[in-house]
Amino acid sequence: MVNVAIYPPNSLILADLIERKGHNALALQKEVRKKVTDPEIDSPPMNLTEEDPIKGLKYAAIEVPSGVRGRMSIIGPIIDEADAAILVDDAPFGFGCVGCARTNELATFLLRTKGMPVLEINYPTSRDETFDMVNKINEFLDSLEEKEDN
Amino acid sequence: MVKITLVSCGTEYSGIQKEIEKAANTFGAEIVLPEIDLDYINEAYEKFGFSARSSSLKLMIARAMSIVEGKTKADAVFIATCFRCAEGALVRNEVRKFIQKNTRIPVVTYSFTERTKADELFIRMEALATTVARRNILAREKQEGLTLGLDSGSTTTKAVLMENDCVIGAGWTATKDIMESVEIASKDAFEGTGYTMGDVDGIGATGYGRLNLGKQLKAELVQEELSVNAKGAVYLAGHQKGEATVLDIGGMDNKVITVNNGIPDNFTMGGICAGASGRFLDMTARRLDVDITELGPLALKGDYKKAILNSYCIVFGIQDLVTTLAAGGSKADAAAAACHSVAEQVYEQQLQEIDVREPLIQVGGTSLISGLVEAVSDILGGIDIIVPEYSQHIGAVGAALLVSGMGTRQEDK
Repeated sequence: MVNVAIYPPNSLILADLIERKGHNALALQKEVRKKVTDPEIDSPPMNLTEEDPIKGLKYAAIEVPSGVRGRMSIIGPIIDEADAAILVDDAPFGFGCVGCARTNELATFLLRTKGMPVLEINYPTSRDETFDMVNKINEFLDSLEEKEDN
Repeated sequence: MVKITLVSCGTEYSGIQKEIEKAANTFGAEIVLPEIDLDYINEAYEKFGFSARSSSLKLMIARAMSIVEGKTKADAVFIATCFRCAEGALVRNEVRKFIQKNTRIPVVTYSFTERTKADELFIRMEALATTVARRNILAREKQEGLTLGLDSGSTTTKAVLMENDCVIGAGWTATKDIMESVEIASKDAFEGTGYTMGDVDGIGATGYGRLNLGKQLKAELVQEELSVNAKGAVYLAGHQKGEATVLDIGGMDNKVITVNNGIPDNFTMGGICAGASGRFLDMTARRLDVDITELGPLALKGDYKKAILNSYCIVFGIQDLVTTLAAGGSKADAAAAACHSVAEQVYEQQLQEIDVREPLIQVGGTSLISGLVEAVSDILGGIDIIVPEYSQHIGAVGAALLVSGMGTRQEDK
């Protein structure tokens, strides 16, 4: 089982494809869940507090807006934990979205340059492209399994 | 002439291009822009992997790539983007890491506004030019003969007399008139040594007042404090080989310098907020009615979490401490909160900008405030911090060390 990061990090479709192949999908929801089930809800709905953007300083300097750093306080550790990643470019927000172009730029850069297997594909615009995307993802996930076996 | 390659976004449209060039020219360096063609921009940008929306940032990435790939010859690199541009800040940081990871070229970063003037860039450009042009002087590891180091700082003036690789006298005084303060500090340094100013082989000057005092005393070495402090720190800490980080929380500005084999290869300077400086701790000590030397041990007894300190500002921060004390809070908790606040700000504003390399050597007058050293260590995850002997005289020690071998005063006689 390989820890696979996804981008957008909250894409249910990507997370489901990964889980079906027996890998661990590092989805944003799992991390947010840890926060919102905390007995003390400080700042609903995400329960991020002013401490979180400070933790995000590990990934982005102080000059970067707090919203980017707050997002990176959750997404950054996911990237640290990842052994592989699947990135879908130009996805509509219904597929998954963190709502911030700057966060997208930084997170995808960190995923691309971590030195791990990365599959980067464009969001499909037709039925054929959709089949093609799912096939590519499955092949990529199978290749991770093979690497693990070796 | 030292060639400083400019890797930037927005300098032309902010109207500060000429200020950058002026600052470089002042220190015998020239600014060069990497010449690259359009095809290379796309190729380099794709290779780098950062999907920037702004095309000027794409050009900036390509210019950085051309340096790393050896297509552009650079002695030093100055990386700058507009203040408050989030995308610019992200790219600036990643480009800096990329150049440092793949080359040994000294790099300095800066975020500017339209108000940025050449004199704000002087110390950065001087340090960059020095690192390149005076590499042989910075490589000096041992002090020889009798030398005097003078550090005319914004708050205090320090003097150190060294002989045969040992500090034999030291003095300091609050900076008032530059030359009078130098005289007082020097007098203390010479006291009991049997030497006078006429016996020294050479004088090294650093700090804000270095140009004035260097001219008056005909100093053999007049050097900005970044390279001098870095050298003094690794020398006193006995860590001249390998990597280290030097942290100097000063009275007016803070410096964080990364060093490799005694030569600084990157640094950041902060000077925007007094709440992140030694001045804040000085004011806190006065408000708590304790001597500044007692503030550190007092802070070690306190718990910063028990004091309300909602503001980093020197005015509102002190007001918060007053409120804490009025509500029955202890002096120790207030002292701990003040130390923690300064450490936290230095972390957020500066240590994040630089790859902190262990060991961290803390110097300057504030390094004697044990509560602050503890707070910095705590914020950095409990790393070991070295506070060497004479850490408060670091600039003067560095100047005395670096000038050794340069002075011929006794031979001239």
